[in-house]
Amino acid sequence: MATEQGYALPPGFSLRETRADGSQEYFLNMGPQHPSTHGVLKLVVRLDGETVIEVVPHLGFIHRAIEKMGENETFVQYIHLTDRMDYLSSHINNLCVCLAIEKAMGIGVPERGEYIRVMVSELQRIQSHLLWWGAFGMDLGAVSAFLYGFKEREKITALFEELCGARLTMNFFRPGGSNADVPENFLARVKEILEELKFSLDEFEVLLTKNPIIRERTLGVGALSRERAINYGCSGPVGRASGIDFDVRKHDPYSVYDRFQFDVPLGKNGDCYDRYMVRMQEMRESIRILAQAMAGFPEGQYRSKEKASYKVPAGSYYANVETARGLYATYMVSDNSFKPYRIKSRSPNFSNLSAINEMSRGGKIADLVAILSTLDLIIPDIDR
Amino acid sequence: MTDTATATVPPAPEAKPALPGVQVDPANGKPSLRRFLGDAANLFKGMGVTFRYIRKPSRVVTREYPENRDTLKFPERFRGQVIMPHDENGDHTCTACTLCEKACPNGSISILTTKNIASKRVLGAFVYRLSSCTLCNLCIEACPFDAIHMGPGFEMATYSRDPLDLILNKKEGR
Amino acid sequence: MKAYAVNHPIGDIVRSLLPAPWAAIANGALAVAVIAGLVTVSAIFLIWLERKVCAHFQARLGPTRVGPFGLLQPIADAIKLLMKENLRPRGVDNLAYFMAPLLPITGSFLVLAVMPFDHNLQVVDLQAGVVYVVAVSGLGILGILIGGWGSNNKYSLLGSMRSGAQLFSYELSMVLCLLLIVMASGSASLREIVLSQQGTVADWWIFKLPVAGFLAFFLFMISSTAELNRGPLDLSEAESELTGGFHTEYTGISFSMFFLAEFVNMFASAGLGATFFLGGFLAPQFGIGPVDYALAAVPGVIWFFLKTYFLIFLYMWFRWTFPRLRIDHLLSLEWKFLLPVSMANLLLAATLVTFKLIIP
Repeated sequence: MATEQGYALPPGFSLRETRADGSQEYFLNMGPQHPSTHGVLKLVVRLDGETVIEVVPHLGFIHRAIEKMGENETFVQYIHLTDRMDYLSSHINNLCVCLAIEKAMGIGVPERGEYIRVMVSELQRIQSHLLWWGAFGMDLGAVSAFLYGFKEREKITALFEELCGARLTMNFFRPGGSNADVPENFLARVKEILEELKFSLDEFEVLLTKNPIIRERTLGVGALSRERAINYGCSGPVGRASGIDFDVRKHDPYSVYDRFQFDVPLGKNGDCYDRYMVRMQEMRESIRILAQAMAGFPEGQYRSKEKASYKVPAGSYYANVETARGLYATYMVSDNSFKPYRIKSRSPNFSNLSAINEMSRGGKIADLVAILSTLDLIIPDIDR
Repeated sequence: MTDTATATVPPAPEAKPALPGVQVDPANGKPSLRRFLGDAANLFKGMGVTFRYIRKPSRVVTREYPENRDTLKFPERFRGQVIMPHDENGDHTCTACTLCEKACPNGSISILTTKNIASKRVLGAFVYRLSSCTLCNLCIEACPFDAIHMGPGFEMATYSRDPLDLILNKKEGR
Repeated sequence: MKAYAVNHPIGDIVRSLLPAPWAAIANGALAVAVIAGLVTVSAIFLIWLERKVCAHFQARLGPTRVGPFGLLQPIADAIKLLMKENLRPRGVDNLAYFMAPLLPITGSFLVLAVMPFDHNLQVVDLQAGVVYVVAVSGLGILGILIGGWGSNNKYSLLGSMRSGAQLFSYELSMVLCLLLIVMASGSASLREIVLSQQGTVADWWIFKLPVAGFLAFFLFMISSTAELNRGPLDLSEAESELTGGFHTEYTGISFSMFFLAEFVNMFASAGLGATFFLGGFLAPQFGIGPVDYALAAVPGVIWFFLKTYFLIFLYMWFRWTFPRLRIDHLLSLEWKFLLPVSMANLLLAATLVTFKLIIP
């Protein structure tokens, strides 16, 4: 590693330059304790005044070796560890593991179970986007938005608490369905929440979307072209904002997503504004899916017959889902035992984060905050 | 769905119309009086949103926690710390079958057995280590005798680790 | 128009009790004590108010536990802050680091000295009051600059440099707005400016100058928000970008000085707004006999505080609604919009005054 004046350069950086007029570039450590990195992410930023020249993310502050732990747990036990990766999409992560196990063992899911899965997944997506909306407002300085977002999210969280007893680490889905049936008043509650949510979303549009300050701060900031987004492996709202028409729900439908009518919102420029708009639109699309699911919610069993033990036949299995942040996939290798030989998660956040250097180059520090916010990173999912 | 990844990106980005709001191109956003007035109006509308909250104190969502502890309502399925219900005679229904011990992903449960007068294997101590419990509900699902439940206990902070090692059964045997 | 005689009831009592040189000292000490008391009490009240107002904007309750309605919360906070260790990070510039927190609070003290709370309640009535106010309010930004520089922290430095750029820009349009009122009222003494607004509500400068008055008030509110370093223009603090900006390294009593100054500055600035545009200590009159009589019976000092707190509420409303601007947007807003508009506004007002088009 190159050194300069006895100091080691942060890894990943080129040498800082001194200009002809004697002014110097400098390095700024953003994080791991910083209000807008939303967790223990460290960004080493090379700055020229306030202008960002280079950003190098440092990971691993919350690495817990979840994939290695998975090798010592049974397949069903592994489900609850995925809660702790992307904790805002825990239902959807659980679903992904269940899908892989079902595929491996040929387990079917009853109609009602599938509908529960879709509904809960979509509620989780809305809940995650609401929290993102609030955090986005706070990162850009509108602190009230943070509380409004949380206020709406709380309603869905309370519903999840009734559904599975937990608010964050759900561990609700099981191979063949779910842990339990929905509570009696579930549909009525969902309907009520959606009505309130529609009103709140309109309020949110007035508060932030139409605000000229937000527009100024997001339009054209952190643009990522479609080609670069594909190269970085961006998925979810980040990829779709760049114009990648890819949504697992649409293009590789799992569960019963192929029965529902919904659009995949696409952006054009891949800037912060597009990422913002795509997420706002996705919440409305999720409401559409939920309305259709509620209309066709069938009676019957919520889970196919439970097996005494889940012994997965030898082979490798892959399942992917669309979490609130993008393509989440589980790849597992079994050697015909109760425990996976190797289990691997593909997390959307890791790929999305990799684009940050390209996005934020040439912007201001404030732009870097806006970009971080619209990437909607969950750090435990990056480190696992 | 196949066993291998199907995550290929379909081409043709222009097939779909973009979002209604996204078409504001930075190049097209020329300053005009109309746009300026619209922006100003939107700023005031935003102030209207916040003012609606201050005008209606009924929209306050705060719950004052330690004061309302007695009136806290827990959902039926609330997953707090694991408890072992005892009936009026002080008996529990645990048979020391160790299914919960096997189901636990973290090794939080240890079943210590003993022999009763009839030399039958019965429960000695149900050791539950709250400190390593992730409240995942798998032990409750595994129990065939409904001997353990998840209670409403959620205030788990302690000053040392000792109170986190619990013995759930009040007496040996059934 | 009612002519208010300039008399000094409190000063005269002191003078009658003590011999001449001592009376001057006693009067000075009294003024300092009263202003210090006012600063402390109003800052503590404002901290409570900010927390309550912000909480209710956000569907929360705010402080409720310490004292009735949480009124004693700021006192508890103050005790906590005073008992904390006054940390000195390695590599700070000692003089700059420890002197900086004293400057903003000094500036706001000095502004309050010329503030006309009532027609006989003013420490000193300077003939060039406006010039004085503008001059001493710059001390606050000086403190921020020095503190950010002396902290030996990159975040602090960025915050203070932002603050410097912000001051240089926004001071201009604020001064132009004040100049407009000075021009219209024909005096630079704050007391005279208030007394030039006698009559009904329509005689307040915000309404008396058609369009120009309201525009000037609007511009004054924006530029003073920037001067106060309050959201949405709190770029030097910007907690989501700079983790606290210029006061990142400050703790304990040094931090509480900055914190106190922020609120006292807000009070002073809102007081200036009330004095210049909303008739200061004058009671609102609507030209309806009994109503006017009842309103005029309320002491002027109460009207002053009501108007000031109305403006403070506006500041809080701005802060808890809007997202923060970016530094280049902030500067282009000033140089490309506020400054030209306030210059044009000054021209408009000059025309109105010259051709006597002011609404009587």
